[in-house]
Amino acid sequence: MAGKEYRTITDVKGPLVFLNKTEPVAYGEIVSLRLSNGDIKNGQVLDTSDDMVVVQVFEGTAKVDRQAGVTFLGDVFKLPVSTDLVGRILDGAGRPRDGGPEIVADEKADIIGAAINPYSRQSPHDFIQTGISAIDCCTTLVRGQKLPIFSASGLPHNDIALQIARQAKLKDSDEEFIVVFCAMGITAEEYNFFRSDLERTGALENAVLFVNLADDPAVERIITPRLALTAAEYLAFEQDYHVLVIYTDMTNYCDALRQIGAAREEVPGRRGYPGYMYTDLAMLYERAGIVKGKKGSITQFPILTMPGDDITHPIPDLSGYITEGQIVISRELHQQGIYPPINVLPSLSRLMGSCIGEKTTRDDHKKVSDQMYAAYAQGRELRGLVAIVGEDALNERDKQLLDFSAIFEDRFLRQSRDEDRSIDETLDLCWELMSNIDTKYLVRLDEELIAKYHPENRA
Amino acid sequence: MSNEGQIYRISGPVVTAKGMSAAMYDVVRVGEEGLMGEVIEIHGDQSVIQVYEDTSGIRPGEPVLNTQETLSVALGPGLLTQIYDGIQRPLQTLEEQMGFFITRGVDADAFDMEKTWTFEPVASVGDEVSGGNVIGHVQETETIVHKIMIPPNVSGTIKSIESGDFNVTQTVATLEDGTEIQMMQKWPVRSPRPFQTKYAPDTPLITGMRILDFLFPLAKGGAAGIPGPFGSGKTVTQQSLAKYSDAQIVVYIGCGERGNEMTEVLDEFPHLIDPNTGKPLMNRTVMIANTSNMPVAAREASVYTGITIAEYFRDMGYDVALMADSTSRWAEAMREISSRLEEMPGEEGYPAYLSSRIAEFYERAGRVNTLSGEDGSVTAIGAVSPPGGDISEPVSQGTLRIVKVFWGLDAGLARQRHFPAINWLNSYSLYPPSLDQWYRDNIGQDFPEIRTAISGLLQIEAELQEIVQLVGSDALPVDQQLTLEVARMIREYFLQQNGFDPIDAYCDINLQYRMAKAVLTFQDAAKSAMGAGSALSDVVNVPARSALLRGRFEEGYIDRIDDMVKAMVDEIEATVEEN
Repeated sequence: MAGKEYRTITDVKGPLVFLNKTEPVAYGEIVSLRLSNGDIKNGQVLDTSDDMVVVQVFEGTAKVDRQAGVTFLGDVFKLPVSTDLVGRILDGAGRPRDGGPEIVADEKADIIGAAINPYSRQSPHDFIQTGISAIDCCTTLVRGQKLPIFSASGLPHNDIALQIARQAKLKDSDEEFIVVFCAMGITAEEYNFFRSDLERTGALENAVLFVNLADDPAVERIITPRLALTAAEYLAFEQDYHVLVIYTDMTNYCDALRQIGAAREEVPGRRGYPGYMYTDLAMLYERAGIVKGKKGSITQFPILTMPGDDITHPIPDLSGYITEGQIVISRELHQQGIYPPINVLPSLSRLMGSCIGEKTTRDDHKKVSDQMYAAYAQGRELRGLVAIVGEDALNERDKQLLDFSAIFEDRFLRQSRDEDRSIDETLDLCWELMSNIDTKYLVRLDEELIAKYHPENRA
Repeated sequence: MSNEGQIYRISGPVVTAKGMSAAMYDVVRVGEEGLMGEVIEIHGDQSVIQVYEDTSGIRPGEPVLNTQETLSVALGPGLLTQIYDGIQRPLQTLEEQMGFFITRGVDADAFDMEKTWTFEPVASVGDEVSGGNVIGHVQETETIVHKIMIPPNVSGTIKSIESGDFNVTQTVATLEDGTEIQMMQKWPVRSPRPFQTKYAPDTPLITGMRILDFLFPLAKGGAAGIPGPFGSGKTVTQQSLAKYSDAQIVVYIGCGERGNEMTEVLDEFPHLIDPNTGKPLMNRTVMIANTSNMPVAAREASVYTGITIAEYFRDMGYDVALMADSTSRWAEAMREISSRLEEMPGEEGYPAYLSSRIAEFYERAGRVNTLSGEDGSVTAIGAVSPPGGDISEPVSQGTLRIVKVFWGLDAGLARQRHFPAINWLNSYSLYPPSLDQWYRDNIGQDFPEIRTAISGLLQIEAELQEIVQLVGSDALPVDQQLTLEVARMIREYFLQQNGFDPIDAYCDINLQYRMAKAVLTFQDAAKSAMGAGSALSDVVNVPARSALLRGRFEEGYIDRIDDMVKAMVDEIEATVEEN
């Protein structure tokens, strides 16, 4: 449906192209640019008026000159969706990257996505077993949740994400997730790592990959997660699949957002990121959940690397205000050689309360989790004290807690990359480890549970 | 110029129209789809409009129609139990009309216009009435009588008034000058509703949370700010307040927050029982949910929609509590729109008028003498989400300058699983002097003194802890070790409260008083026993004390606590004889 081609470009600046008077152009309309060498680039209208149109070019503005032809395609950005997407690898703008055919669309879906009516949402309550003890016990994942991994450069967040993607399932169920994987500005090496792992385990057949690599245009990263989520929404709410969306790395996405903001000469917010970054991130993260009357669900695992390991940096900070908890990866644990190096202390799952307990996991889950957390927190704190006053100054209780913190890291946190612990195994392990502490110090466990689960009382 | 113009420019939620006569804050319909918007700036013949819905696909040249009304809410029977978006569209109706995604261009009445309510007049023919006068009653929910009032700018003599079943747009009374009065009235959200006078608050809003009622009380008609980093329990605190505070009406604004969290509230509230009336909580609640991914301009409007509804119920003589979670998202909405307008920014990109908008909002709280001469109040409680938990940022500072109560949430406490994670050292309330008389008259003559003793102990503990960090607690003299034990008891027994425990979640104010006294009684008994030779560990470990501590999770604690305290004192005294 190509319309008239305009050759009225006045300015080109960063990823933006400015055009003089055209026919009325819709806000958000998709634009095709034909360069003098015949190349085609795509863009979207960011600002439109009677006199001027501002177009954001996804592939970057290299080689764009004032003679380039601009065609407005009369529609907002849409992704052709169909179940054929499953098993495919697409680029950051939704074109096949695997050499396969174009996607034959059942329908075309607007990639911006509409907000789910809070009244129509269903509260998430299905426990997802990831097979990773630290997550299952302490920051339990719920189907329909958005739980980011707060990591930093040089840490094994990709391994953890992949392990979750491989192992995640409902307790006592073989129902599998469709994985929608969205790469934003990651290196080819990282991408190959993800792809080969998905291929090796056969998960690729049940996955859709949207890939924007570090050398792909930065501006394209703005639409890549929107494409991924649009595909996820179609698969979840139209085709009844349970979808797990992994996107990495949100930090690259936010940097692309900042780049466009700067090119538009917007007033910057904190650290130069645009003032609307909270809303923008919410438009992605909030596309998780379950809707009443629909079988499917969207669970999100965004990965972000905290610049300078700083959790108060705007990217983790704004994310934390939107997502339902966070899993924090610790450099300290990683350097001790512990995998997965999850620091349970600042980690949190806000929806955990709704999915644990007798009917879903086990009656002792809540109290065991509280006790493990409390004992580990106290043990960690004592390490600081011991550094000053020496271990001899500790009383019996403190000594036990101090020892426990080491056992916690060595046996509870540490597991191999293919070790899939069931929730029962995880909780039994907790009891076994806690038996290193005198029962009288386990104040968060009640006598009934101790009688039922404590190794001393079990045959 | 006419009231119809054309779109000239579109930039996100900001649209510029040409050739239309407009006044500030006029509501306009934008484009072929008639999206709702509001005029926020005028330049010559151009009007700048903030649009409450997504603007993708709208083109220059499309029509813009000025309704020449300002953004208003509909007020009348049917408000309670409703769940609205930021511009008072009921979410349930939106779902019926457009499915589970919120698309745009849909208009929906704020409540059922056809539903009939039984109107019972309380005024009669010939009565002189003026704005705010109550002319009749409607039993809106089991617990709440909706008082039908003359709109604020109307007055006259009643010519006719009828009892019977009416819907909200039917005339229930007429005045001599022909003015017809319906049960529904409209009010522009950005203007405060009028009242006669504002009084100083003198009654506490009892929340059932010990740390709030006891140490940092909020008055009915007061304003409080709750700043805290993510994960520190702002939302849980706000929800506890919505559930248990002794206000008669609760307006809960979910402003730019999580969708799943709103859903939890929506799922939970209809099943919860109001401890003050024994009836479902929903009966007294109006909810506004504009989640973070819903249009940003509607988020900006949502706090005004909420507080106008609160004022309307205040005018009936009710005590209303309004929770806004989170005002930072509201401020960010202002920032986003301001930057689209290319306004010169103030601090951190926020508009220069940020602090005056915050002040205007909290100023709409207050305890007043209403136009009909009754006593009503609006208490405003705003959560603040400071980036990185640092409250030196503009929204926190703008809030602290105006509110009299500051409940500072602390990530460190949350990490230690101390809930509510309100920091007792930096939180404050300026209301105790005006509320102390109420506490003396209604709870206990020595209430203020007990509060001073408790907060004093916590202060001393903080100082002692610094020494303990250096030398260990064993190096302290025994009397200071006892002080640490007492302070620990205050923290773990009194200040910590389990919001998820069915019994502990709500603590009666009389029980709070006795629990605080129990702590001080322990201190006295321990001090005298230790003076007579008992060891600290023996005193602390008497079984009756553990029973007293555990008792707060058991039913009927209030009836047993005095006996339990007595048993504890007896056992502590007995430790002297053993020596």
